[in-house]
Amino acid sequence: MDLSTSLGLIAPELVLSLSGLVLLLFAAWGGDKLARTISIATCIALGAAFALVAPAVCAGASGPDRMAFGGQFSADAFAGLAKLMIYAAAGATLVVAPRFFERLGAMRAEFALLVLFAALGMSVMVSAADLVTLYIGLELNSLSAYVLASILRDDERSAEAGLKYFVLGALASGILLFGMSLTYGFTGTTSFAGIAVATAGGLNTGMLFGLIFVLAGLAFKISAAPFHMWTPDVYTGAPTPVTMFFASAPKVAAIALLARVALEAFGTQVDAWRQVVIFAALLSIVVGALGAIGQTNIKRLMAYSSINNVGFILIGLAAATVAGVSGMMVYLAIYVVMTVGSFVAVLLLRDAEGRQLEGIADLAGLSTTRPLVAWCLLALMFSLAGIPPLFGFWGKFVVFQATVQADLVALAAIGIAASVIGAFYYIKIVKVMFFDDPADTVKGEADWAHTVLLVVCALLISPLGYFLIPWLGNIATMAASSLALPVV
Amino acid sequence: MAGFPILTVMLLVPLVGAIACLFVKAPAARLIALAATLIDLALGVVLWANYDIGGDQWQFVESANLFAGFRYALGIDGIALMLIMLSVFLMPICIGASWQAIQKRVGEYMAAFLLMEVLMIGTFAAQDIFLFYIFFEAGLIPMYLIIGIWGGDNRIYAAYKFFLYTLIGSVLMLIAMLWMVNEAGTSAIPDLMRYDFDPGAQTLLFLAFFASFAVKVPMWPVHTWLPDAHVQAPTAGSVILAGVLLKLGGYGFIRFSLPMFPEASAQFAWLMWGLAMAAVVITSLIALVQHDMKKLIAYSSVAHMAIVIVGLFAFNVQGLEGGMIIMLSHGLVSGALFLCVGVIYDRLHTREIARYGGLAINMPKYAVLFLLFTMASIGLPGTSGFVGEFLSLAGIYQASSWAAFVATTGIILGAAYMLYLYRRIAFGQQVNADAAAMPDLSARELLLLAPIAAVVLWMGVYPESFLAPMRADIELLDQRLDRAAPASDADLVIGEAAPAAAVEPAEGAH
Repeated sequence: MDLSTSLGLIAPELVLSLSGLVLLLFAAWGGDKLARTISIATCIALGAAFALVAPAVCAGASGPDRMAFGGQFSADAFAGLAKLMIYAAAGATLVVAPRFFERLGAMRAEFALLVLFAALGMSVMVSAADLVTLYIGLELNSLSAYVLASILRDDERSAEAGLKYFVLGALASGILLFGMSLTYGFTGTTSFAGIAVATAGGLNTGMLFGLIFVLAGLAFKISAAPFHMWTPDVYTGAPTPVTMFFASAPKVAAIALLARVALEAFGTQVDAWRQVVIFAALLSIVVGALGAIGQTNIKRLMAYSSINNVGFILIGLAAATVAGVSGMMVYLAIYVVMTVGSFVAVLLLRDAEGRQLEGIADLAGLSTTRPLVAWCLLALMFSLAGIPPLFGFWGKFVVFQATVQADLVALAAIGIAASVIGAFYYIKIVKVMFFDDPADTVKGEADWAHTVLLVVCALLISPLGYFLIPWLGNIATMAASSLALPVV
Repeated sequence: MAGFPILTVMLLVPLVGAIACLFVKAPAARLIALAATLIDLALGVVLWANYDIGGDQWQFVESANLFAGFRYALGIDGIALMLIMLSVFLMPICIGASWQAIQKRVGEYMAAFLLMEVLMIGTFAAQDIFLFYIFFEAGLIPMYLIIGIWGGDNRIYAAYKFFLYTLIGSVLMLIAMLWMVNEAGTSAIPDLMRYDFDPGAQTLLFLAFFASFAVKVPMWPVHTWLPDAHVQAPTAGSVILAGVLLKLGGYGFIRFSLPMFPEASAQFAWLMWGLAMAAVVITSLIALVQHDMKKLIAYSSVAHMAIVIVGLFAFNVQGLEGGMIIMLSHGLVSGALFLCVGVIYDRLHTREIARYGGLAINMPKYAVLFLLFTMASIGLPGTSGFVGEFLSLAGIYQASSWAAFVATTGIILGAAYMLYLYRRIAFGQQVNADAAAMPDLSARELLLLAPIAAVVLWMGVYPESFLAPMRADIELLDQRLDRAAPASDADLVIGEAAPAAAVEPAEGAH
């Protein structure tokens, strides 16, 4: 395979990195007064990358001719679908962020660029077909994310979030690297295809340790229990648009990466990692649900909610079938929409002086003071709880369907029963908005861009979203089939 | 009627009405809601009139393949027809009952009720098991809002309890459904009703469905959400809850548990009878000591629904017919009783029985109608309650004389608590001046109660109208259950009828 073909396959990443470098120069010389322009230019770059990826996803691209650079980088439909979600979530972040930072007087030129580089890192992550590519993508994403978390330099909580994220993230990277080195040492290769061949005959102790450490490191990145501790603090401390970004795009990337490592590299040893994934899945569901109950800050609640949702996504991975991975991707897509919608709704809550409100108590009586926001948030909450006919139900449905088809009925039954615990705090938000007397703290006027985004998200997860199922299910299945899945 | 998608139209009318109600002011919302429910009632009458008794098992069938093996499939048999009729009949009455009682957020209230109607009709008409689940489960959202926003003082506790109890029951059912569809290779309810699942698997499947339906019915001991929800819901909310939502559980048993898992149903018959017997005695006794009218009627609902369960699990035609008739009758009667409570609650704003008394003097029309519904609840011959309870108990006697014996005490206890309630409210001295000053039924209230009274008497005097559409379906179900029906302990032997003349007159011995 010659270089030009390889370059063609990484065209979206090339667009992102080149525009990132050019815009970086503008930011360096132009300063913060160019912030808005750079933000718009970044959106355009993400849009261009989106357009470049879309054809491969719709065509269900797969096979050896989608591998670039001698099998280090895979531009298949699975990676493509994950990239579409990542670019969309990053774009949504850039739409809502400028107004938020401008109100605080902290709109910096580098914000959009950091989002762009994070998106680039994630893009490399989901395409990684080699442990080295994996690590480069992961670190590019993580380093951008650490800075993003602490971008409000004057705000103690933001700085604290950044530091916590950095320290714990570095630890997780260490664990991951340790696992990777063990894997390399015992298999003699860093490529996923090579690892699959080397492990086909069974795992020796070294490989098993490598697998466990790699899984642990990645579990940190997707904030699956028991590696979730950082999530509530970072999500609460980071500026809200950044939290929205963290809860959506990196989740997609890390989960897609985890799926690829589990299924492509260790695909012949499903039984070895399935129990780990099942354990993390069930624990995440329970920890996410129980942890959320006592929260009074809505961002913290959403952090636990994301832990909870990761549990359901992992249940799809545990099935280790095309249907399971497809269900996982459908769930992820719906989850991204729900998360973006919920955080946009949070961004719309401001008091008379324009300060952001984050307390759940501030939502009281929202249905009379801000009916539009309240009804959208109602739909989002019931959707997160997985109540039909909202679209969130469909995500759970396909995941559990795949699990039952893979004969993991007990896992499905336990998982879905635990989802009822989670329903409690979602309906608590509805209760606060609809049943309580108005707190009358939400005063600020709504930005039209935020409102439009919120309404679009609410419409997508409303029963109207079901019209997308044929299309979404189709591309998710093609994406899942493009992974080299184990023959069960 | 061929080709006209009447069931879809029946779903669309209230749905459009619900959306419209969200955007208009209170008076317009009331009118839209009333119009939408009346149109649905008219469509329901057309549906019944065009239902071909003795024709195909499934009529008015509509089917469209959607995606991923998911079908939009509607169709009804006689059982579903009767329950849809019950829903569309009660809905305009609910709207009428809320005409003045609801003053805040009228548009949203009416929208929630119309949405409930869509979901109830959809649940009864769905022919795809997942479509059924979506309709069945989605009902939680509007009901949660109805109880939580427009309910009484303790509404939030009741709303949580209602939501979480019902949710945990039904999610396990979803897993069971996924397994069944995977196993049988079809999600069509008519096909699944003919599919023979492995008896071992049936046990678990039955339990999963039981978890859902037992909460909805509700069966003792998972009935505790019902009194709370009823007491806190607004009058119309109680009517729809008792009238139709509880029937979803019974419908689930007759549509899913019995035909799909006949062996497991027989295996668990004693569990069902046992819980039902416990419910009849315990909740009747609890009803006897209530001071709150709504709570009393709520507990009586649990007792009546237990007799439904006893009838359905009698594994014979009488029992099944009886169970269905009690469901219809209880839907009407308990709905009417909640309306009767609502009438006096609107005047005095208390549900405490002791605050009333002697209402027969100042509210004679009210007293007459209330008496009729009290008697129907007890099961007096000539009212709908008698037909259902008699058939049910006759059915269960053939299966188990003990279950019949215990369940029958429910009739006696029912008479006790209902007559005691009636005596305290309508008879005796007018001890409370404010209660004595209450005006009699208004024209609107009369208009709400009179149609129910008429149907209660109709069903009591000529139940054939209601039994005829269901007969063939119940016959089919009975045939399917035949192979598994548990052995009877009553050992009924149909002996030679002794001619009256053959009995020796013994007078001469005196």
